[in-house]
Amino acid sequence: MNTRLRHLFLASLLRRRLATALSLVAIALGVALGLAVQLIHGAALDEFGRGVRLLAGEADLQVVGAREGFDESLYPLLAMRPEVAAASPVLEIEARLPGRDDSLRILGLDLFRVMQVQPGLMPRVVATAGRDVDDAGGDGRLAALQPSNLFLSADARALLEQPLRVDGRQQAAEGNGRAEGELQPPAVQDGWLLAQSGLRSLRLRVAGEVPGASGLVGVMDIAGVQQHFERLGQLSRIDLKLADGIAVDTAMRALAPLLPAGVALRVPEAAASEAGTLSRAYRVNLTMLAAIALLTGGFLVFSTQLLAVARRRREFALLRALGLERRALMHGLLAEGALVGLVGGLLGVVLGHALAGGAFRLVGGDLGAGFFRGLAPSLQVDPVLSLAYLLLGVAAGVLGTWVPAHEAARVAPARALRAGEAERTGLPQAKVDGRLAGGLLGLAALACLLPPQGGIPVGGYAAVALVLAAAVLALPALARAVLPLLEHGRSVLWRLAHARLSATPAQAVVAGAGVIASVALAVSMAIMVSSFRVSVDEWLGQVLPADLYVRASSSAASGYLDPSALATIAAVEGVAAVDTTRLVNLRLSDTEPLFSLLARPVNAVGQGEWGLPLVAGSLVAPAGATLPATWVSEAAADRHRLVPGSVFELPIGGRMQGFVVAGIWRDYARQHGAALIDSRDYVALTGDTRINDVAIRVAAGVDPHSVSETLRQRFGPEHIAVALPGEIRALSLEIFDRTFLITYLMEAVAILIGLFGIATTFAALATTRQGEFGMLRHLGLTRGEIGRLIALEGALTAGLGVLAGLLAGGAIAWVLIEIINRQSFHWSMDLAVPWLALGVFATSLVVLAGGVARLAGRHAMQRSAVQAVKADW
Amino acid sequence: MLQLSGLIKTLPGAPPRVLFDALELQVAGGECVAIVGESGVGKSTLLNCIAGLEPFDGGEIRVAGTELARLDDDGLARLRRRHFGFVFQAFHILPHLSLAQNVALPLWLLQQPEAEADRRAREMLGRVGLGRRADDSPHLLSGGELQRVAIARALVHQPAVVLADEPTGNLDPGRAMEVLDLLLEQLRARSAAGILVTHSRAAAARADRVMELVDGRLHAVRHGS
Repeated sequence: MNTRLRHLFLASLLRRRLATALSLVAIALGVALGLAVQLIHGAALDEFGRGVRLLAGEADLQVVGAREGFDESLYPLLAMRPEVAAASPVLEIEARLPGRDDSLRILGLDLFRVMQVQPGLMPRVVATAGRDVDDAGGDGRLAALQPSNLFLSADARALLEQPLRVDGRQQAAEGNGRAEGELQPPAVQDGWLLAQSGLRSLRLRVAGEVPGASGLVGVMDIAGVQQHFERLGQLSRIDLKLADGIAVDTAMRALAPLLPAGVALRVPEAAASEAGTLSRAYRVNLTMLAAIALLTGGFLVFSTQLLAVARRRREFALLRALGLERRALMHGLLAEGALVGLVGGLLGVVLGHALAGGAFRLVGGDLGAGFFRGLAPSLQVDPVLSLAYLLLGVAAGVLGTWVPAHEAARVAPARALRAGEAERTGLPQAKVDGRLAGGLLGLAALACLLPPQGGIPVGGYAAVALVLAAAVLALPALARAVLPLLEHGRSVLWRLAHARLSATPAQAVVAGAGVIASVALAVSMAIMVSSFRVSVDEWLGQVLPADLYVRASSSAASGYLDPSALATIAAVEGVAAVDTTRLVNLRLSDTEPLFSLLARPVNAVGQGEWGLPLVAGSLVAPAGATLPATWVSEAAADRHRLVPGSVFELPIGGRMQGFVVAGIWRDYARQHGAALIDSRDYVALTGDTRINDVAIRVAAGVDPHSVSETLRQRFGPEHIAVALPGEIRALSLEIFDRTFLITYLMEAVAILIGLFGIATTFAALATTRQGEFGMLRHLGLTRGEIGRLIALEGALTAGLGVLAGLLAGGAIAWVLIEIINRQSFHWSMDLAVPWLALGVFATSLVVLAGGVARLAGRHAMQRSAVQAVKADW
Repeated sequence: MLQLSGLIKTLPGAPPRVLFDALELQVAGGECVAIVGESGVGKSTLLNCIAGLEPFDGGEIRVAGTELARLDDDGLARLRRRHFGFVFQAFHILPHLSLAQNVALPLWLLQQPEAEADRRAREMLGRVGLGRRADDSPHLLSGGELQRVAIARALVHQPAVVLADEPTGNLDPGRAMEVLDLLLEQLRARSAAGILVTHSRAAAARADRVMELVDGRLHAVRHGS
């Protein structure tokens, strides 16, 4: 095709400025959302990976255990092995900072080994104003060995020397009852950092820096960490540098038999991969939402191109009559679609980077889900990813144009050039076969039976795509079924609108396809989120039966309660009963994220006082069982294929201990699985008497607030967090809503794109129907009545799209709840359809679509009736 | 039935062009007047002014006793709905309605009961020779047949005035005369005043009177057929 002819095609895009602009925007938004999700997540994972590489240094292998650590006697055993050239023990503490909501990651290191294995973590003594090197603990060269000396990364120092503004989400997690925006004191003052171990504050001297480290990290001598944080004899990790000539696999085979239960060997990169696993399901979910937005954009291109082809039928017939080949015509049209996709894709790539940059500033790198708290990733341009999304945009443009281009190439030139041809050919029709829709639904049902692939519910996502496609293809059949029921309208406008849609049900596909996709997305997400929220709310009601909850810090951090603290709590006036929870994390394998173990007094569980939300099995331990009982979460049951009566082995106290599964419970807090055991069994196996949470029942007539106040005074308000169940519930639901904020945003974008579809379709339809409107004006319809006719048609078309979208959305919601959520997150939920909200949403959308259609058709209405009937159709 | 007195219309420009200069015309019920003239003299504009679709600068147009200048845009639309029928060169039959529905359209606009509208539309289609095809879709019809449908639609509500702008322009000569005879026959049968704008002398000759638009005024070419 020569340049002039190419210009003829591409110039058509400029003539249809509104339709072209909306198609561009739709594709740009789809590309931007998908790219932003990937960029944000990629940057967070990169940042996490950098941290992992820094901490691992030159280590070839890492010995890792539970978060609580493992016995340090393993260290000399490994260090003396011939496969190991150097071994560096690490004790990692998430130090709670009293009075503040953040925490500091302190690495206890053997400073004589650090140089060999993790040189990036080597601390450096720094003399500061008013304090010389000797003040840092005697001889400057040995200052790093002083047990109370702490060395901070530049990031940590900058943050901890500043007051901290209370963040609502953090506050919710900590339950300190502080108001959002309140300032908390600096953690480092006059060169000393205040940290918390148990319920006790301890002062650590900030003696210098760790030049090679970034993020919120501090380094201390390992003995000091063990001593201050009461972890004598414990290690979190041993980093191994292998001897020359020893392959990783060989070393793993040789060393693995030496490891106690619950301790694993892995390559350092596995930690980053574990972080990726943690957030993968969430990331894939968001990417799928973005893909649906892009799909809606593709539908929009389809609608506008099909209508443009209808309008330009005579132009194409003329070109064909003048000698343009069929193939060249098709290529010209496909080039139009590709150009729309390319420009939309480029806009999307730019917008995606801007969105990612904005998200880093607003919600950090975790997209609101809390997977990467504490990381400060920065936006990085990824040319390969950007190119991939750009190509997706081009593909949406080309695929959206494919059917219309075929339609145009089929036009017989002589016939299309005849006067009155429009009456004979009628309106643009998308050729669809209702049976295909049935077939696709059948395939969707089959896809739901597929097991997850690598933890990703591929079958579920395929089912979503198939249901969407089936809904679009079923639209004409739905129109044929529904429209006869609406035949009874008496007004002429209703009759005209009804007759038009009844005569051309397939036209509804052109206008309604985008609406179906976006409505189905919004409806399915609304049903899923509503079901999830209602289930979480009920679950919170069940798991928070006490009057008051006390904790020293989150389970991962260094605050904890001990039996003496428990006795103090029990002795407070007004406290009727106390129950305790110990939460530790176990390592079940070298590839899985950590597994949660909860230890609680089982008698209370047996009596149902803890309100364990069981979905299977019994609250009572099986009588006569030789093994102790455990109650596992749904995620644990799914991942480890457990049913009541199964035996489940857990690495506790350095050995594998079997438990018989007494029941399965619903747990929305721990995605990677949890097991609950009797605290007496736990103490017997580990000797660990620490407690994370205490639930308090107050005596009748006692105000829980007064008990809370007494506890704060007794332990120091900076050392404990006390919360009422109502507060925990409200804050948990607030976190829930924040987590889903980004999905609401994506739904809104998809709806917007769907409305664009209605607007462009009706703008184009109105233009092609100027002759019809002119004739109706001749017959006595007023301008207002023509406007109402267009609005009515828009509302009817959107109504069909919304109806199909509601049905498809219901089906997709079922897939989301029963397949995708079950396979991604392993939790069940009760179906809760927000009927009222859906009704208001559907009605609003239909009314809005009517308004948008009328607005879009305004140009055609304004044309003189005289001019309109002069133009040949 | 239709009365134009001293109609004046000037087209803007430098200098302004006088299109109608105190133009006079009266058409009685059942009478058909053909208007001929060179291209661009204002034949179609005259029809548009009569239909209230184009404004005029002076004079008076009365249709069934109502003076057009007194009506606003919506009032003119209601007047057209009740008292006018139109036949266009390009047919303008709605492709998504059946033939009966197309013909019933003016009756729908007049709020006629659906069954009554359907009965009258079918009866009218019978009169133009398409009674058996009432439920067909327009795309099955030839040009001549489509114009018959248009004639049926123009007369079904018994309008006072039927305006036909080149109704045979898209038809072959044999078919054109057949359609024209049908239009005139129905006009007379329903006592409607008809104005036929045409370039065709043969078509004009079928009308009761032929007037030529020259220099802004109508001049009688022939009286009576």
